[in-house]
Amino acid sequence: MSDDNGNLLSVRDLRVYFETEDGSVRAVDGISFDVKRGETLGIVGESGSGKSVANLSLMRLIPEPPGKIASGSISFDGRDVLRLSPSEIRALRGKRIAMIFQDPMTSLNPFMRVSKQLMEVTQLHLGHTKRQARAHAIAMLEHVGIPDAAERVDSYPHEFSGGMRQRVIIAMALSCQPELLIADEPTTALDVTIQAQILELIKQLKSETGASVILITHDLGVIAGMTDHVIVMYAGRVFEQAPTRELFERPGNPYTRGLLRSVPDPTEDEGTLYQIPGQPPDLAHLPPGCPFASRCERAEEVCQKEFPPFVQLTPSHQSLCHFANEVYAETGATR
Amino acid sequence: MLRFIIRRVIVIVPMLFIIVSLTWVLVRLAPGNFYSGEKKLAPAVEKNLREKYGLDKPWYVQYGKVLKNIGRFDFGNSLKYEGQSVNQILLRGLPVSATLGITAYLIALLVGIIMGTLAALKPNSWLDYASMTLAMLGISIPNFVLGPLLVLLFSLTLFWFPPALWNGFPSKSLVLPALTLSAIYIAYIARLTRSGMLEVMGSDYIRTARAKGLSERQVVTRHALRGGLLPVVSFSGPALAFLITGTVVVERVFALPGLGNYFINACFNRDEPLIIGIVAFIAISVLVFNLLVDISYAFIDPRIRY
Ligand SMILES: Nc1ncnc2c1ncn2[C@@H]1O[C@H](COP(=O)(O)OP(=O)(O)OP(=O)(O)O)[C@@H](O)[C@H]1O
Ligand SMILES: [Mg+2]
Repeated sequence: MSDDNGNLLSVRDLRVYFETEDGSVRAVDGISFDVKRGETLGIVGESGSGKSVANLSLMRLIPEPPGKIASGSISFDGRDVLRLSPSEIRALRGKRIAMIFQDPMTSLNPFMRVSKQLMEVTQLHLGHTKRQARAHAIAMLEHVGIPDAAERVDSYPHEFSGGMRQRVIIAMALSCQPELLIADEPTTALDVTIQAQILELIKQLKSETGASVILITHDLGVIAGMTDHVIVMYAGRVFEQAPTRELFERPGNPYTRGLLRSVPDPTEDEGTLYQIPGQPPDLAHLPPGCPFASRCERAEEVCQKEFPPFVQLTPSHQSLCHFANEVYAETGATR
Repeated sequence: MLRFIIRRVIVIVPMLFIIVSLTWVLVRLAPGNFYSGEKKLAPAVEKNLREKYGLDKPWYVQYGKVLKNIGRFDFGNSLKYEGQSVNQILLRGLPVSATLGITAYLIALLVGIIMGTLAALKPNSWLDYASMTLAMLGISIPNFVLGPLLVLLFSLTLFWFPPALWNGFPSKSLVLPALTLSAIYIAYIARLTRSGMLEVMGSDYIRTARAKGLSERQVVTRHALRGGLLPVVSFSGPALAFLITGTVVVERVFALPGLGNYFINACFNRDEPLIIGIVAFIAISVLVFNLLVDISYAFIDPRIRY
């Protein structure tokens, strides 16, 4: 099964646009990345950089209209997701690719018992009878650490706390043992202590099933602790991608450096939290040059005029910057 | 839940009191009397009449009697239909109004929900525009215009349905009045359904349902309808109450012997007990149906606890 040198997922030059009154919003504007089997890929970037849109398109869940996958290819296990028929794509969703969303408070149907919401997945994909599905649902809830699962399975979502709901959602996502799990900021809506538990749970389940994971987050600490490989997104583009350690130790892009600097460091003086100045650009009216230029400390004239090249720093490390090599050299020297 | 119901039932009493009092005041303030016809009555006759019906007593005595009657659900005798109690008239008119109203109600729910859902599933499509244009028409054409138009077309031109007749349920005679009556409710329900469904279809849990691999039909029927129809539910209770308790204009247009028609006659005749009886009956129905809606909410939405 492992074609494409062990890649489960290969995205090439994906573009997703939203037609709005303000013009065409280029939410995702030509991104490429791979996810190997068993690997965890982290995606970071500021709000609005296209992380969610990119991942929703992997399951073809972009609302159309206004959205539209304008071009590109998404190859999952060797098949182009964009060419699948509606019933073929539905057979993938929830079975081979599953998703965990950001807000557990709104992601479950408030009018339906948790048991039913869990059961419908395996009844659909695994052909479970009601009884099998119910047993499976209880087992899944136990597995994700919900106490008294057999009794609580018939509760409604509002009877669970936020952390418990996210466990329910994880149980739901994992109930057919998907090969790819997409977790879109799975912990942003939760308390810090719960965050750690949920991440630990994802890690544990991943190691049990050997699934690949795409983990989207704002939190570079989470990226460091959970992922093998990272892509940094900005304005619908991949600005940098590298193995996780390499990215933290030797970033080759000013934007990544800015993100890393804005992580609070407990050993430094307090009160001097760094923030990248300015705002991300309007994705409907992108400037001709580098979309980060107006906020970049390192920007020169060429950055405003010409779109930057995607520079290959090492075989597994690329950066979208006119001065990628220089930045890479600098970060290497200060090590 | 039980406490909630008891509380709500208790609230009905003061509401009813206010409504009945206002009605009584309005009837009294209006010029004329039930015996004031074209020709002037002799003073002695008038005096006799006033005594017979207690109109010579001070206002608080008369008013007290009205309240007492209502407390016993006995609204007294009609002044115009001699020898008939208001309750008899209510019982005679209600089946007509209720048959008409429930038929119109079911038509409105069925057509309205289907129209609204289809519109919401394909927003900004021709289907959406067509249903919403129809809904707009339904809301803006008053039923005293729509009724005669339908009669003109289907009764007097095509001869499909009788123009003014009452044969009960089910009968051809029911079609045009029920259709006329339901038009505006179809329109309201279609619009409520559309906006409710649009909101739900964009919500996170619908995205979750799609991400599970459910088909669009399953997503709509299993996950979306329930939340999307909540606004329709809250509208449907009062709507049903209004529909079955007197559909004044439509009964008049089609000359149907229902509560609405009796009510108009009672007003023209200044038939005070009948007016108050019908108003009180309608008020109680509306209040009770509202309560039923609130109770049904608790069953539809598990988050609601009273
Ligand atoms: N339905 C939509 N209609 C119009 N524009 C949209 C729609 N959905 C997303 N966008 C636009 O696409 C861009 C990318 O959004 P996306 O949700 O992918 O960002 P994100 O990186 O996930 O941000 P966050 O960290 O806040 O979740 C945003 O500029 C947003 O305005
Ligand atoms: Mg997002």
